[in-house]
This record gives sequence, structure tokens and C-alpha cells, in this order.
Amino acid sequence: MKLTTEKAPDRASTGFGSGTRFGLGDRVFSGMALGAGLVILVALAAVFVFLLVQGQDGFHADPKLYAPAASNFVSYAAKLLFGTVLAAVIAMVIAVPFAIGVALFISHYAPRRLAVPVAYLVDLLAAVPSVVFGLWGGRTLAHELQPLQAWLGDHLGWLPFFSGQVSSTGRTILVAGVVLAIMILPITTAICREVFQQTPRLHEEAALALGATRWEMIRYAVFPHSRSGIVAGVMLGLGRALGETMAVTMVLSAGGPLVTWHLITSDNPATIASNIASQFNGENVGIQSVLLGTGLVLFVFTFAVNFIARAVVTRAERKLA
Amino acid sequence: MSAAELNTVPSATSFSHVRLPRLAPLMVIVPALAFGALLTLLLSWNWVACPILAFVLTIIALPSWSLVVENRRAATNRLVTCLVWGAILVALVPLVWVLAQTVVKGAPELSGSFLTHDMTQHLDPVTFKMLPGAGVAHALVGTLLITLGAAVISVPIGLMTAIYLVEYGRGKRVARWITLLVDVMTGIPSIVAGLFAAALFTLIFGIGTHSGIMGSIALSLLMIPTVVRSAEEMMRLVPMDLREASYALGVPKWRTIVKVVIPTSLGGIITGVTLAISRVIGETAPLLVAVGSLDVMNHNLFSGRMQTLPVYILTEYKKSTPQDYDLAWAGALLLIIIVMILNLLARVVGKIFAPKTGR
Repeated sequence: MKLTTEKAPDRASTGFGSGTRFGLGDRVFSGMALGAGLVILVALAAVFVFLLVQGQDGFHADPKLYAPAASNFVSYAAKLLFGTVLAAVIAMVIAVPFAIGVALFISHYAPRRLAVPVAYLVDLLAAVPSVVFGLWGGRTLAHELQPLQAWLGDHLGWLPFFSGQVSSTGRTILVAGVVLAIMILPITTAICREVFQQTPRLHEEAALALGATRWEMIRYAVFPHSRSGIVAGVMLGLGRALGETMAVTMVLSAGGPLVTWHLITSDNPATIASNIASQFNGENVGIQSVLLGTGLVLFVFTFAVNFIARAVVTRAERKLA
Repeated sequence: MSAAELNTVPSATSFSHVRLPRLAPLMVIVPALAFGALLTLLLSWNWVACPILAFVLTIIALPSWSLVVENRRAATNRLVTCLVWGAILVALVPLVWVLAQTVVKGAPELSGSFLTHDMTQHLDPVTFKMLPGAGVAHALVGTLLITLGAAVISVPIGLMTAIYLVEYGRGKRVARWITLLVDVMTGIPSIVAGLFAAALFTLIFGIGTHSGIMGSIALSLLMIPTVVRSAEEMMRLVPMDLREASYALGVPKWRTIVKVVIPTSLGGIITGVTLAISRVIGETAPLLVAVGSLDVMNHNLFSGRMQTLPVYILTEYKKSTPQDYDLAWAGALLLIIIVMILNLLARVVGKIFAPKTGR
């Protein structure tokens, strides 16, 4: 995209079609276009301002509202943030290797006749609504993975992650993480695939000509070239996993702000988003302002993650150009 | 075909070293599958054990064989190839599983009565018994109205922003800011959009306000970035020559945009808008927060709670009775069908309106 902007010279606004020459119609139209753009800036600022205005009461509300998990906003939000990050990290640990594998398959391993349909199928995964994943995760996957979790508890119980009483329903933060992993696979795959495919052909051929195997070619030509792209894809996936609501809400039947490393018990930490979805009550001012406050925390956190991801991408693009 | 592909190791090792036969992967995978099936049958394990066992056997046997006959580097290469193929096979499992499960569980419930009733009790005309509500009509209407509202808000804003970015804002600081923030906007958690709508209306109309239009506003916040990006990309593809030809005829810039740039990129823009709609139509969290849920029909976008299809699925899921789970699956199937139709529509429209390249 950068390339196209630089290639096409800006003839339109300097030449005969320039806005000042044709008076009113043009001025109105360009004003409308600029106005629409500004609406977006205003909307984004408004999200922040309204959450702040409505949520600030939640920063020092009645301690009863934070009970039983915490007594003030900071520890309440911190515990929820822990759950959010935990679920997202589980999802990333599972999804990233698969995303890189699938992206490599599409870009370098698959026969051409297979690559396009497979890429389409992975994109199709992104089209399935999150509520359907939640339903499937809560009703089907949790049930099917229960024996596996029991096995993990029996044999790997000495690890802190798998200790404690194994949940009999299987609806644990681990399963929520698996569902999240499935949901972020498409976006991470799509970005990795794109950067893998942009590896200069000559680098790859040079590696092969020196006698490298296909894996060595990928390791020494493709990966170094696409490192920042992979980071960006992972960060974008992380941003999505942090904000995803339904999968976690529906897989975890109940859960509150909680700090625990036990992944397969019945006591599961809620995430910020799932906590909002399960606690939100339009009629109660107190709880609403607390939840809006946590929503603000989530917004700022994901904003930062996405911002960093975009900055990495932009820097990588500049380096390549 | 695939086996042959799997085997081609583009390396120069064949000049000086012995290599495995071309069909080596197949010669390992087939016995591994057979062994897995045999063991699974004999020990009466779950059938899932068979492919897992076969995969483990393959990733041990093939590299070992390669290590003995070829060399260490070739063995590593084969191991990675196996892992990549394994990754793609595992990654496709959830897709097939979700779709199959939804169809199997949802199809029996999906009927004319399901599509035309809401969740209120109604009288069975034959047996004169009161039947519990089991319908989705109210949710279907709500989803269509709210999504339509979101489209009405976000398409003009998104389209005009794209026009600004492509035609007027080249190289300007404002344009760079808008591009950056549109990128960031794609990452807004959907529930935050819902909270924004709730906070906005609470501030204006007081606590406890619920209406469909709040949902439309929340969804449009999620939809605008997608519309801007796709429209922008499409308009950048319009050749400069077309614009210059129009300017040369003395046509003002805005007429050029309306009569030349937009018609040329119309196919892509419609595709983008349709895909954006198919993305937001399945959003649950913002609607749950902003619109709430309701068991009866509400046609009025501007007053009161409304039911929507995703929230309907969630509500039925939370009721946790077998009948309600069935209704939830049927709703999920309906939602997937709608999303798939929209996706298909986007592709077809894109094909139809694609600019003609030849003469």
C-alpha cells in the first residue's frame, strides 16, 4: 500500500481537477469527505471520553460492589486483567505455532491446487460468529475435553497449572483458551502468510542453490525476512483475544475476579469482557459505572497492544521500502 | 499428488547422497494408520486415538528412516514437513467440527413454526393446549433492523472517509491520523463499543435506556473501519488515466469522483460492505450490553429492548434446559446460514461488478 501511494504522483490535486477551480460543488463535497473523516476521529475520542465520564464513579465506588473478590477498584480491575491476560496467553501459546505452520503450508508447502482452497477454509473460520464458537465450546468441546483434562490432572498434577480438583463439567479456563485460540488463528495466519509470501524470490532461490533443504531455506531466508510481520500478526491476535467476550463467557459458567494458576478446576478467573457480559445490568448505576471503569481499562490496554503492533508493521514496511 | 509433493526436497543432496524413495512418506503413513487402527480396535479406544497414534508414529519413523539413509539435515527437513502438514490438518478440525455439530443439532428444530413465532406462549389450534414459545422471528427481525441501522450509519461515513483519504487527503497530516486511527479502530473490543453506546445514551436519556438504535451505533463503530479500508483499497485501484480523462473534459473533481471513480470501484465497495455486514451481524457482546434481550417482537428501533439472533442464542444457552439448548443450536445454524449467504453474495457481487478488463 505504501508503494502505491509513492508510485502514483499527486497529479489530481495539482492539475486541472483541483478543488479551487470549480467552486462551490467541489468545496462542499471535499468538506463532506473531510467531515466524515473527522467523525471517525471524534467517535474514537468519544469512546474514551464517555467511558471515562461514566466510569469514573466506578473508580471509588461503594466497596460492596467489588465484593467478594476485592475491596477497591485497583485490585478488582487487576484481578480481572490477570484473567484476561491468562486466557489470552493460553490462546497464544496454542494458536501461534499452528498459525505459523498453517501460514507456511499455504505459502511454501502446499501444492498450488491445495493452497487457495485451504486459505479460503481458514478465512471461513473467521466468518463463524463468536457466539456459535461459545455455544460449541460450552456444550461440545468442554464435554469432549473433560477426559483429557482429567488425565492431565492425574498425570501432570505436580505442575501448578494442572493441580487442584479437576472440573467435572470440563468448562475451564483451559477450554476457553482453546476456543480463543481457534478464533484468533485466522487473523494471525493471514498476516504471517502475507509476509511469508513477500520473501524475495531471489533469496529463496539462492538458499536452495547453495544446497539448503526446504526447511533450511525457510529458516535462513523466510523467517529473518518476516520476523517483524510475525510479531505484528501475533500482537493483532493478542489484541483480539484480549477483547473477545462470548467464548469466555459461555465456556466458563461462573467465575469472578480471581487470581489462580490452576487451569482445569471449577474456580476460573473471569476476564474483563466476560465479567462485563455476565454482570452488566442496565438499571443499576453503581455496578454499571464499575463495569464501565473496567471497560476503560480494557480499551486502553487493547489500544496499546494494537498501537504497538501497528507501529511494528509500519517500521517493518519502512525498512523494506 | 500430495505424496509426491511431500517428498520433493529441493536440495542438491541427490548429487552425492542416497535418498529415500519418492513414495517414502506414503510408505510410512499408510502402515502407521493401519497400525493405529489395529491398536485402537484391539484395545477398544476412542477412534480419535487412531489418527493421533498414526501421526506420532509418522513423525518418529519418517525422520529416523531419513536419518539412517540420508543425513541429519534431511531428517530435520522431513520432520518439519510432517509438522506443517499436521498443523494444517489439526487446524481444519475445529471448522469441520463446529459446522457439523451445528447442522446436526440445529437442523431438526429449524422449521416454519420456528421461523414465524416468537418466544411467547401460544395456543395449539389442534389440541387447544398452551405451547411454550419456541421461535426466532422476533430475533430475526431485530437482527435485520439493527444491522440495517448500522449499515445506514456506517456506509456513508465510511465511503466519504475513503474518498477523503484517496482523493483529497494525499500526504496531509489529517489523512495520516485518520488512517492510523482507522487501523486502531479495527482492534476495538466489541464489548467496548457496546459500553460506549450504553454510556452515551445513559448520559443523555438516563439510566436503563435500551433501544435498537443503540445497538446500531455500537455495531457501526465496529463496521466503519472495515468499510473504510475496503473502499479505500478499491478506489486506489482506479487508474489515474480515467480521472485525468475526466478532468481533461472539464469535469469538476467531485463529479469525477461520483461518476467515474465510484462506478469503477463499485463492485469492490459492495463486496467490502457485504463482508463488513456479515462480520457485525454475528456480534453478540455489544448488543447484549446496549440492546438487551426480549422474548417478544419489537419492530421499533427507537424504543425499548429488542431481541437479536446472537443474543437469542446466548439467552437460550443460559436457560440450560434440553429444549432451550436445541433452540440455541437452531439459532446458531440460522446465524451461520445468514453469514454464509452474505459471504457468498459478496463474492458473486464482486464478480458481477468487476471492472471489465478487455474491450
